[in-house]
Amino acid sequence: MYKEYLTVSNIVGPLVIVERIRDVKYGELVEIEAPGGFLRRGTVLDISTEKAIVQVFEGTIGLDVDKSRVRFLGRSQQLGVSDEIIGRIFDGSGRPKDHGPQIIAKKMLDITGNPINPDARDYPSEFIQTGISSIDGMNPLVRGQKLPLFSGSGLPHARIAAQIARQASVLGKAEKFAVVFGAMGITFEEANFFIEDFRNTGALERAVLFLNLANEPTIERIATPRLALTCAEYLAFDLDMHVLVILMDMTFYAEALREIAAARKEVPGRRGYPGYLYTDLATMYERAGRIKSKKGSITLIPILTMPEDDKTHPIADLTGYITEGQIMLSREIHRKGIYPPIDVLPSLSRLKDKGIGEGKTREDHADVLNQLFACYARGKEARELALILGEAALGDLDKLYLEFADYYEDGFVRQGEFESRSIKDTLDLGWKLLHKIPRAELKRIRPEYLEKYYPEKK
Amino acid sequence: MKEGKIIRVAGPLVVASGCLGAKMYDMVKIGELGLIGEIIELKEDLAFIQVYEDTTGIGPEEPVFLTGEPLSVELGPGLISSIYDGIQRPLDVIRSKEGDFITRGVELPPLDRDKKWKFTPLVTKGQEVKEGDFLGEVEETSLVKHKIMVPAGAAGKIVEIKKGSLSIEDVVARIQAKKDVKDVKMFQTWSIRRNRSVHERLMPDEPLTTGQRVLDTLFPLAKGGTGCVPGPFGSGKTVVQHQLAKWSDAQIIVFVACGERGNETADLLLSFPELEDPHTGRPLLERTVIIANTSNMPVAAREASIYTGMSIAEYFRDMGYSVAVMADSTSRWAEALREISGRMEEMPGEEGYPAYLASRIAEFYERAGKVICLGSDRRSGALSVMGAVSPPGGDLSDPVVQATLKVVKVFWALDDRLANMRHFPAINWLLSYSLYVENIKDYLNSSVAEEFTVLRQQAMQLLEEESELQEIARLVGIESLSTKERLILESARSIREDFLHQNAFHPQDTYTSLRKQYLMLRTILHFHNSGLKALEEEKSLEEILALGVREKISKMKFLPEGESGLLEVYIEVDNAFRELLQKKGMSEENV
Repeated sequence: MYKEYLTVSNIVGPLVIVERIRDVKYGELVEIEAPGGFLRRGTVLDISTEKAIVQVFEGTIGLDVDKSRVRFLGRSQQLGVSDEIIGRIFDGSGRPKDHGPQIIAKKMLDITGNPINPDARDYPSEFIQTGISSIDGMNPLVRGQKLPLFSGSGLPHARIAAQIARQASVLGKAEKFAVVFGAMGITFEEANFFIEDFRNTGALERAVLFLNLANEPTIERIATPRLALTCAEYLAFDLDMHVLVILMDMTFYAEALREIAAARKEVPGRRGYPGYLYTDLATMYERAGRIKSKKGSITLIPILTMPEDDKTHPIADLTGYITEGQIMLSREIHRKGIYPPIDVLPSLSRLKDKGIGEGKTREDHADVLNQLFACYARGKEARELALILGEAALGDLDKLYLEFADYYEDGFVRQGEFESRSIKDTLDLGWKLLHKIPRAELKRIRPEYLEKYYPEKK
Repeated sequence: MKEGKIIRVAGPLVVASGCLGAKMYDMVKIGELGLIGEIIELKEDLAFIQVYEDTTGIGPEEPVFLTGEPLSVELGPGLISSIYDGIQRPLDVIRSKEGDFITRGVELPPLDRDKKWKFTPLVTKGQEVKEGDFLGEVEETSLVKHKIMVPAGAAGKIVEIKKGSLSIEDVVARIQAKKDVKDVKMFQTWSIRRNRSVHERLMPDEPLTTGQRVLDTLFPLAKGGTGCVPGPFGSGKTVVQHQLAKWSDAQIIVFVACGERGNETADLLLSFPELEDPHTGRPLLERTVIIANTSNMPVAAREASIYTGMSIAEYFRDMGYSVAVMADSTSRWAEALREISGRMEEMPGEEGYPAYLASRIAEFYERAGKVICLGSDRRSGALSVMGAVSPPGGDLSDPVVQATLKVVKVFWALDDRLANMRHFPAINWLLSYSLYVENIKDYLNSSVAEEFTVLRQQAMQLLEEESELQEIARLVGIESLSTKERLILESARSIREDFLHQNAFHPQDTYTSLRKQYLMLRTILHFHNSGLKALEEEKSLEEILALGVREKISKMKFLPEGESGLLEVYIEVDNAFRELLQKKGMSEENV
């Protein structure tokens, strides 16, 4: 039996301070029994000889100083896993939420995990076809990558994430594939959208969901993404599956972290977020990847809504520094009624270079990508100029680029929510657009590909 | 070993009592697991310890073992081609022993104890040696002759010197020092926070060529110089750093991946054995040491990682090599400082960073330099440092950027507006600067071409004028500019697109020699100057811009190294303008 303490001295926000304790370790899991018998869990955040500071997941409502009983469980928070975990729905602390039976664990895993040895990592290089042109063509995703969706409130990031989960495949291969979905602080409607979508497309059978909804305990959110990633690690590195992890919404996660930091009266960093936010986010994001000796992989798509669409906000900023690029959604394109509203200019996929080209997608992919990009950038510039000076003031070439930008958004970016374009179709579409620009302007494309895909008119 | 007792654990900070007699920055081992830590504050018998591993499961009453030694690196044969974590634990060995994930409490020697090296002595018995003199050498890789030097405090007369196949634990020489006879092994240990001594410091006067046109031509770094690359995410800091690690003409590269992405480190590890050094044709890994403490690895070890890297670099510099250190990214290191400082409840300075941030950064960069090494041969060595800085939101008023700019001499400003236009390397030519231009001028003019620095000046001027003209054009329209001014715009664009823009992933474009850079720039400026002349001869701008040779100019970057192809383009420019001028003459005749 565990020793019980009745020595709670102080309760501040999500923190409980327990005095006169013995043999308690840093990071240990704690059970607190409220006077009514209701059980809550937490972890040790700070421990000294006299007292322990415990962060309570389910909130401190109803706890008192006098009668609350505290038990230290002698281990850190763990997730019990087995292959039966696939197809199940859990709450934000890893308890079944789908009225199904408890998981009989084959293995108990610490949810903080261990860092992958950099020497064991394999470089991600397998192209994932998402069927979305503005991702596949312009910012290709590869297996083992972490590529966040930077969004804002009211933008259709959930639909895009669901579309990726539905359509993602690796060219010419049929392999074991699973989706792990971690929801932090999102609404019932948003969560339900994913569940229904997974159910309708049959994806639920190969999905694991961890849901912490908006009305559920804030501090529990600290554990939710870690549970999802621990589960993903098990599926990927023990069961050889290719796992796509979607975490939504990282903004709420970071806010929960801030709440704890504030309750502990820590010295705040930017905008009140703790100085260790970068390290904290990294310990999650970096769990994505491939390992040389293992078949499976973890590809991670965190979704975050940027407050005021500001990408310099600490959450977006620090995420961008850790992840391998970002897919940026644009309110401007969304207003034009274009789905998916992906703005390619500030978007980036850092790992694309090894994932595309001959044998992976097509030999001309890199050049087409760069050229489309350059043309669209020039078109956008022309559009701005036209706004100031009027379209009549533009030179002929600039007018052509302006037109190109419109074609690009309407013909290339716009596509149906259930339309899956193959990479070949996407690249052909790209060439179709490029034919609107004079050949001599296409400086980013190697002559041999120009010859092949844009032969000179004789 | 003396023992203390833990009284508090808060993340990476552990406080222990009963530590009287411990010294600042001594290494300690914590708990039954033996986690490695370092003392960063002493208060009576309390020691504040930053722990280099995750502290979950550690609690009060557990023992703390005081080693009495500072945190040190091992320096000797076996460093090259290694990959270490922030406190020099060999990650490849850890992987083979512990599996794909890093577990805690691993203790492994950084250098292979069993491997035999062929030691060739360079001194004879009876010879007098000073500190830093070469005792012998070991061919570590085909690129690196690892010199075994007389360690500190062991100057004297050689009593015995060995030769042949030896391991690093074997005594290779015995020296009669002042008091006693010293046994010298092939490796030595060195406290990471102490600079290695040199004889004398010199001014840097040679460029460190990197094969990157915007760097070498416009904003060069000198051997022994310091530079920084600040920029927001996605602006290509890491690509720039990797390009520098791949192509700069240093003899030894120490790459410190400090709090950055695991996959990027994997890229280095997987590509370096395959990439060839353009100067020697051997795999790049044969001259590289990698320190990888990725962002998810313990934060305190991140703090130590740049010192570990620096000590290894200084050691190779002492052998007379030109060494370059890349630190990616120093912001992550500063954040580690901030995190530890916060846990110690120190009074914060700007943005929560500790007040000693600026002095720590200055100390770090000041370890760079061109020097006369210890030793009687007065050989010179150089240590160049390039640090990436990742300011939040790309805001250059960030304390880390500001503290860095105070000490470094080269500033490569990455610009996400350029990155968004996919102009790479996205180095802003108006904001960036290099204070080494004057130092290395003589070298460039004598070894590349006499007019090199003149051309550079002209190119910079064109770019400057372009930005002013663009401003005017934006306000009042491009029509208001004279034809001469519009030619300037076109030429500046040519400099940007045909010269500065460089594709790191194109096999030919990724590296450009200084000579080729010169020839390219000369041709572009020749077109500009000829264009100006043609305008004076009353030719229209349209005619000039319609010249077919412009396409050739834009493809120059893809031409192979070597004079002939590039000279051809130059001559074609000449011919094109001659024809243009004659054509006009003929049409006049017709009239």
